[in-house]
Amino acid sequence: MSRAVDNRLATVGDAPVARLQPKKFDWAWLGVAPFFLFALLFLFLPSLTIFIRSFEAVGGGFTFENITALFTRSDIVNAYKTSLSISVITAVGGALFGFLLAYAVILGGLPAGLRTFMTTFSGVASNFAGVPLAFAFIATIGNAGLVTRWIESVLQVDIHAAGFTIYNIWGLSIVYMYFQFPLMVLIMAPALDGLRREWREACENLGGTSIQYWRYVALPILMPTLLGTMILLFGNAFGAYATAYAFSGSFINLVPILIGAQIQGDVLYNPGLGNALALGMIVIMFICMLGYISMQRRAARWTR
Amino acid sequence: MTDSNYPASEIPMIDSMRPTRPAAKARVNGTKLFSWIIFLMGLIYFFLPLIATFEFSLRMVKDTYSFEAYRVAFSEPRFYREFGYSLLWAALTITFSLLLIVPTAYWVHYRLQRVRPVVEFITLMPFVVPAVVLVFGFLRLYGRYYFIVSTPLLLIAGYVVLSLPYMFRAVDAGLRAIDVRTLTEAAQSLGAGWGTILFKVIFPNLRVAILSGVFLTLAIVMGEFTFAALLVHPAFGPYLEEIGAMRAYTPQALSVVSFLLTWASIGVVQRIGRGAPGQAQIAGAR
Repeated sequence: MSRAVDNRLATVGDAPVARLQPKKFDWAWLGVAPFFLFALLFLFLPSLTIFIRSFEAVGGGFTFENITALFTRSDIVNAYKTSLSISVITAVGGALFGFLLAYAVILGGLPAGLRTFMTTFSGVASNFAGVPLAFAFIATIGNAGLVTRWIESVLQVDIHAAGFTIYNIWGLSIVYMYFQFPLMVLIMAPALDGLRREWREACENLGGTSIQYWRYVALPILMPTLLGTMILLFGNAFGAYATAYAFSGSFINLVPILIGAQIQGDVLYNPGLGNALALGMIVIMFICMLGYISMQRRAARWTR
Repeated sequence: MTDSNYPASEIPMIDSMRPTRPAAKARVNGTKLFSWIIFLMGLIYFFLPLIATFEFSLRMVKDTYSFEAYRVAFSEPRFYREFGYSLLWAALTITFSLLLIVPTAYWVHYRLQRVRPVVEFITLMPFVVPAVVLVFGFLRLYGRYYFIVSTPLLLIAGYVVLSLPYMFRAVDAGLRAIDVRTLTEAAQSLGAGWGTILFKVIFPNLRVAILSGVFLTLAIVMGEFTFAALLVHPAFGPYLEEIGAMRAYTPQALSVVSFLLTWASIGVVQRIGRGAPGQAQIAGAR
């Protein structure tokens, strides 16, 4: 009898201890487990594999050669140079023109309907990338394109016969701009809306001119958004594959095109080097992401 | 939100207070002219390629405009097959993306506010890992398992990854607009289980947000090229690229169709999203 009581006492006595342990694990985490599992399987592990296998020598074993090859092999260095320049060109160009366009429809005194039209259209255009976009530009400025034929009939000049080609960095930049600056418009529009009328009035009351307002008030406030979006545009162009592939095949030696070729057949004759190539892209994109996030944090200061 | 910094009614008042009225007016006019020029330049750049593509697609029959290229494109049985596959991939992607994102976003709002930044960061990862790099990683990791590569599993997984930023932002904005805790607790006190709460209480309240995510995903998947081509699955994007390399006119006709499809999807998103918080258009490049 007393033993049974003792047992019961023991269990009662143990209970708090026993209950403490499950409390250490918050069951609420189970709710997000599928998401994290998915991210692990289809985002992190593939990236990790690329990272680890970048250090794999041709015959197996560990090596740094693939990483150093990124900076020494001329075809790879050239691919990175081309990719970086096209990304810089379209990021800066897209940001400038996108900003002007956003300014025009929001602060430029144009009819309100044009603003709605422009933002709707920007939503569509920023998603209109890839194969159809490449074809659209071939039909515009390609050998038999509309603009090419216009120039030929009006100016009597066959620009393509004269050595002009659209299948180079500049041609591809014009194509990329089509999805670049609509993105800028989409992000700048709310930022321009966020410029308070009081700021402008305060500047004017202090005798400031329009130029001074933009130089000392508006642009500094918009700068983080501008720079952040520019980084975003840079990454957007840097990772683009479908548009470039459909536009010029493998004529233009871009990093994504090289990776695509490496997937379809080991064109570098070194699987480890292919991994290093992809790793380089991830690293550059990751730096972009960090820059974008820090810019966004700064931009948020003024929207509170 | 006003459409300009100065609502029309206030401009005369400000101008009349200023001694240099003509100068101010000239400035406003100058700005306006400049804005029109920029706007028209944008308009030309936006529409010229579309007009050119359309014009090109009409020129299949020599010396006249006709819809022959469209007739040819639509009489091709392969077009329906590849387009049908893309629709199937889109449906599967949307289903899995919703099943993954809605419960996660809901749970993050209801119980785990502190992991929200982590989840949000992960949904932005498609920006860090471009499609072509992700395919590369997929094949390095899973390429040797025939039972994985022979099914469209990796394709759908890739598309779900692509849809993460759109889907999460749309659903997250939707959840912010409703009182998740009150709705959940009200349902619980009426005896509802998790299934009922999720499918009969939360989903219907997120209709607008979910629809935006769905149509954005549709717009991305229907023309997607990188994943389908490199994982070698039938889809509209690679089909378009393939006939583009062989033929003239019909690819342009299908490009016009593809553009209209994008326009329709995004149009729906913007129409149903009126008044809802802005949808971010951030995603990985294609």
